Amino acid sequence: MMFGLALAGCGVAMILALIRAAKGPTAFDRVLAVNAIGTIIILGVALHGFVMERPEFVDISILYAVLNFIGTFAILKLFATGGLGDRGGNARITAGSDKPKEG
Amino acid sequence: MSIDFFLPYLSGLSLAIGTLALVVGSLGLIRLPDVFSRIHAVGMMDTAGVGFIVLGMMIHEGFSLISVKLAAVAVFLFFTSPIATHAVAQVAHKSGFSPVATGAGTTAKKAARKKPTKVKARAGAKATAKTKPAGKAQKTKTAKTVATKKTANKAVKKANKKSTGRRDDAS
Repeated sequence: MMFGLALAGCGVAMILALIRAAKGPTAFDRVLAVNAIGTIIILGVALHGFVMERPEFVDISILYAVLNFIGTFAILKLFATGGLGDRGGNARITAGSDKPKEG
Repeated sequence: MSIDFFLPYLSGLSLAIGTLALVVGSLGLIRLPDVFSRIHAVGMMDTAGVGFIVLGMMIHEGFSLISVKLAAVAVFLFFTSPIATHAVAQVAHKSGFSPVATGAGTTAKKAARKKPTKVKARAGAKATAKTKPAGKAQKTKTAKTVATKKTANKAVKKANKKSTGRRDDAS
């Protein structure tokens, strides 16, 4: 009962965060909103496991937490350096130019 | 005996507090004026919401492997979500945004109107300080300005038009 209500609250919070992700004026608002949605989904998967009386869904929660963290950092690295560190991007050049002693 | 009687209510109370924190945090995510203050709302969701909801589930579950996994989720989020929000703030600050600190009752539109003056001041300060690695930084100006979208793009362009003409200083 209580888990169902908490799951409904997670749904409301996710809808509100989704509005911010849709109309956020900058890209960083969208990244922040997607990060918040990921956090809500982590809780939602665990709560869904308790509602369905299969609490083993917590494993999926752990996996989703790791993926959310990695995904946020990948998007932010793409914004900051213009590449993800492979041959196509110029991530090494811009990362080097941030250091004051190199030049 | 009495503890066993109170445990479901304690679990429900924790879940209610956590859900309230989630909803209030997402309301703050909608209503706060700029990125740096929205980070504050997300931080409340990540600490209070996750902490209380996971606590409620752990109280309901008792001491078992599921409870240990829930504690692992809570500890992981407790360490990684401040890192993620700090990275968001750092990248936003590097690409030309500055926090709006203009008195009470400021809406987002007023704040956006006041933003270019601050960005211009910051870009000018960086242009004097950063003269050495200009040769390397010039190469990557197009890739860097991609990151600054709509409002930031206007502000950065306006700021760089007034400064020395190097477009990559504010980003």
